[in-house]
Amino acid sequence: MSGFSATLRREVLLASRSPADMVNPLFFFVVVVSLFPLAVPPTPGLLEAMAPGVVWVAALLAVMLSLDGLFRSDEEAGVLDQLLVAPVELYFTVLAKVLAHWLLTGLPLVLVAPLLGYMLQLPAEVLGSLLLGLLLGTPTLMFIGAIGAALTVGLRRGSMLLALLVLPLYIPVLVFGAGSLGRALEGLPVSPVMAVLGAMLAMAMSLGPFAVALGLRISSGD
Amino acid sequence: MSEHPLLTVEALACERDDRLLFRDLAFTARGGDIWQVAGPNGAGKTTLLRILAGLFGFYEGTLSWHQDLVLRQAMLYLGHRPGLREELSPLENLTWLSALHGQRDDNALLAALAAVGLAGFEDLPVAHLSAGQKRRVALARLWLPGKPIWILDEPFTAIDAEGIALVEQRLRHHAEQGGLVIYTSHHRLAADTRQILLGRGAARVQP
Repeated sequence: MSGFSATLRREVLLASRSPADMVNPLFFFVVVVSLFPLAVPPTPGLLEAMAPGVVWVAALLAVMLSLDGLFRSDEEAGVLDQLLVAPVELYFTVLAKVLAHWLLTGLPLVLVAPLLGYMLQLPAEVLGSLLLGLLLGTPTLMFIGAIGAALTVGLRRGSMLLALLVLPLYIPVLVFGAGSLGRALEGLPVSPVMAVLGAMLAMAMSLGPFAVALGLRISSGD
Repeated sequence: MSEHPLLTVEALACERDDRLLFRDLAFTARGGDIWQVAGPNGAGKTTLLRILAGLFGFYEGTLSWHQDLVLRQAMLYLGHRPGLREELSPLENLTWLSALHGQRDDNALLAALAAVGLAGFEDLPVAHLSAGQKRRVALARLWLPGKPIWILDEPFTAIDAEGIALVEQRLRHHAEQGGLVIYTSHHRLAADTRQILLGRGAARVQP
């Protein structure tokens, strides 16, 4: 486990040295969501009806865009080889890397989402569902996307392939995530949908790092 | 240690991009040995080291490390890229790398950096260092204890004559202590250094 905490600390340190990587996804998310109300006709209720889809699609794309560089800079510096030959379980170092990435890029999205929801004229009662849904959904998206990032790490222009690989796997998260907010807007109970999002997170978090570790080994040629 | 071979390689062959890099490579490495892998560019030196380090799995033949040995515990692998993140300082890079290997001793790291002539550069971002200094940061790990097997890809690249002498001396010292060194370079340590010569799809072992 010493590899876990050391890697977590290193990732936070790295992010603090290049804050742009951390701010870009947040900026993308905020800009996309805040441009939307300007582009749709001011029909009453339209914005509210579209809000779940807009927020969730923007969050999904922001997460996906942030993932391309997850392993690439380590690969280019030759650090990935060091990770693969180290005597610690790759599972834990990968878990630490993805968790740190979520804390630094995913969590800010989640925290700013209620503000954007307010801007999209969502009633205050559903903002809690928006927050909880994204809190469960964005780490799931991170762990799934990390598998694609690991498989495409050796490719110089891998971002397009990464999108093709992970988008189909993102769809259930998107459907249930936006669905949870939709249900909240209709006044229906959201806990069943949240439970499904939670189950998807549990699966992605426990099995994802295995797949990422395997992907990294395949990319390195083993 | 030198009674039992640490590494036995038999009939090793590797092909990449439909091109045969080498075949029929066989050698036995013991503790106290220094092996130089030499050959023209593209002959497969790096690939051979990656195979030995367990990083590359597309080969034929057998490769067996001593049964009591947990390779990842015992091996220090330095690739041809230094393996350092430019944003971090030498000390931060080494702290993380040695934590992965279960070593956490800041004084040992500072001593290792001082040994390669980087005292005073510990806290500067690696991006601010010269190519030779970056290589020296990576090589500082040779001064950390606990790794009997060293697999080094081009350790002498970019460092000055003084640095080469320093590393040479360190490699000899390691072998005298019973460690095994396998490195690629055009630079032969001594006339009696064992050599693996790659090139034109073949492999020769001397002596």
